Amino acid sequence: MTEQPLLIAETLGKNYGARIGCRDVALEVYPGEVLAVVGESGSGKSTLLGLLSTELEPSAGRVSYRLRDGSLRDLATLGAAERRLLMRTDWGFVRQNPADGLRMAVSAGGNVGERLMAVGRRHYGDIRTEALDWLGRVEIAADRIDDDPRSFSGGMRQRLQIARNLVTRPRLVFMDEPTGGLDVSVQARLLDLVRSLVSEMGLAVIIVTHDLAVARLLSHRMVVMRQGRVIETGLTDQVLDDPREPYTQLLVSSVLAA
Amino acid sequence: MTTATLGGMPAITYNFAYLDEQTKRMIRRAILKAIAVPGYQVPFAAREMPMPYGWGTGGVQVTAAVLGPDDVLKVIDQGADDTTNAVAIRGFFEKTAGVATTTATTEATVIQTRHRIPETPLRDDQILVYQVPIPEPLRFLEPRETETRQMHALEEYGLMHVKLYEDIARHGHIATTYAYPVEVAGRYVMDPSPIPKFDNPKMDDCPALQLFGAGREKRIYAIPPHTRVRSLDFEDHPFEVQRFAQPCALCAARGVYLDEVILDDRGGRMFVCSDTDYCESRQAAGHRGEMAPPDAALPQPVSPRGEDATRVSDDASSDLSASARGRPAGAGAGAGTGAGTGAGGTEAGHD
Ligand SMILES: Nc1ncnc2c1ncn2[C@@H]1O[C@H](COP(=O)(O)OP(=O)(O)OP(=O)(O)O)[C@@H](O)[C@H]1O
Ligand SMILES: [Mg+2]
Ligand SMILES: [Zn+2]
Repeated sequence: MTEQPLLIAETLGKNYGARIGCRDVALEVYPGEVLAVVGESGSGKSTLLGLLSTELEPSAGRVSYRLRDGSLRDLATLGAAERRLLMRTDWGFVRQNPADGLRMAVSAGGNVGERLMAVGRRHYGDIRTEALDWLGRVEIAADRIDDDPRSFSGGMRQRLQIARNLVTRPRLVFMDEPTGGLDVSVQARLLDLVRSLVSEMGLAVIIVTHDLAVARLLSHRMVVMRQGRVIETGLTDQVLDDPREPYTQLLVSSVLAA
Repeated sequence: MTTATLGGMPAITYNFAYLDEQTKRMIRRAILKAIAVPGYQVPFAAREMPMPYGWGTGGVQVTAAVLGPDDVLKVIDQGADDTTNAVAIRGFFEKTAGVATTTATTEATVIQTRHRIPETPLRDDQILVYQVPIPEPLRFLEPRETETRQMHALEEYGLMHVKLYEDIARHGHIATTYAYPVEVAGRYVMDPSPIPKFDNPKMDDCPALQLFGAGREKRIYAIPPHTRVRSLDFEDHPFEVQRFAQPCALCAARGVYLDEVILDDRGGRMFVCSDTDYCESRQAAGHRGEMAPPDAALPQPVSPRGEDATRVSDDASSDLSASARGRPAGAGAGAGTGAGTGAGGTEAGHD
């Protein structure tokens, strides 16, 4: 981990009308760091992820990001073109529902190749070679390259999402419950894969989960949310082994008891 | 107002070219904007026309807006002047605008077309008006219009190449043969309407003004004269037009777009120009293909192709355009024998 944060959120808040999505969130993510956002349903995890990734507009506060040239930019000041370029090159998004993160009617190769074509690559053979390489890295057989994800299992779809996102070698990946809805053995394999890719590529990841075991396995640090606020933050092992907040203590003990 | 008279009786009166002046001004403003931003789809308040969508209402409105009393109008459908659709639209403007009409490409000042660009090179005093069924080239992969609009605005066209990638992955080559996407003036990606890709190169640096009207979807776009129009492709799968192994069976023309015509139910067939005016002009000038009728049969305006001939078609709507004079029209199924021909790559609708 280097000294300068990659992403900084300050006094970040989002209201949905009178309802609070999240409020007064401050956090930092460093290059190569995996940050888990945990909390019960409705605590504001997805809202926070949406704000950090600029998919939602904040009601308060701001998010800054360090571009590849080293400059720290308030994301609200980026133009639409610059922001969207960032989203499809330097960032990745792995969704809980693969249909939100994949083109279900496009072949696996086309799904992986899309970002390459989006940044101007125009050599079919090269794009295909790179797509094959990435399918291999996420353990999808080469002979599935021309099949579309409708014929894939849930675990394969998530692995395809990962390949599709990592092909442009992003520095930051957002994941919202990437293992939700998968059965345990499939989950374990996916988490293993994510873990090795993260360390291999030095990826920073912000992962939303309400599964503390996922947080334990993947993340270096975690934030605990409740009713839209971050109530506890720290190194993952510390938070899980020695929670300070009563709510976190309850959360951890109930999981461990279960 | 133009008053048409039929047999001395005062007939229904129409405003010149049917549309009222205010509507025509509105359409002209959209056209001017479209010319100013080549390839960009300009929304316009399309009017109800006295014909159903799918019969070229978009093209008809554009034609109505650009037509002047001195214009000479030609209307083609799949390259033919004599299909029901073409005849109906030509008749519509004869009646409502009283303009002269022609089947000769060289004589026309305004040409409304469905699915073809004439073989005879166009001039700078001509306007080509295309009927467009689906104006949005990105739609097949991105159905959300808010998103496709963003993509155009930000010049994010990676998705167009995803479509071509899929083609190659599935067919070994770019199998899109109709409505093949183009980049206009180095900026907007545009659907050229369901013309065969054979015609794509004719759009590039064309001296004539090219206007595109989509009635159902209320969009107008344009290619100004002498604009760079490039067909999208990959470095290792460059754009190619269909090639035909044989010349036209009637006029012996090569390097033109041919339709396959079934002559009988015993497998008899021939390949003939899809552009009827071009073919007939060549025959009138003495060019003879191997199945051309003897000289004596010409130059009658009667089709030499035989009353029973059936144009091969994969277009369910082709029955709408059955020939009025024995040259049956069809979808022009792409009779070429070169790569990428055969059944139409994308659907080829009317409008
Ligand atoms: N689009 C919306 N409109 C109105 N309220 C919303 C909207 N999205 C979220 N909320 C509310 O904001 C709060 C936080 O929701 P959010 O989806 O961020 O929670 P979460 O922690 O991701 O929950 P889950 O674990 O169930 O996914 C909840 O009270 C929720 O009802
Ligand atoms: Mg959520
Ligand atoms: Zn001919």
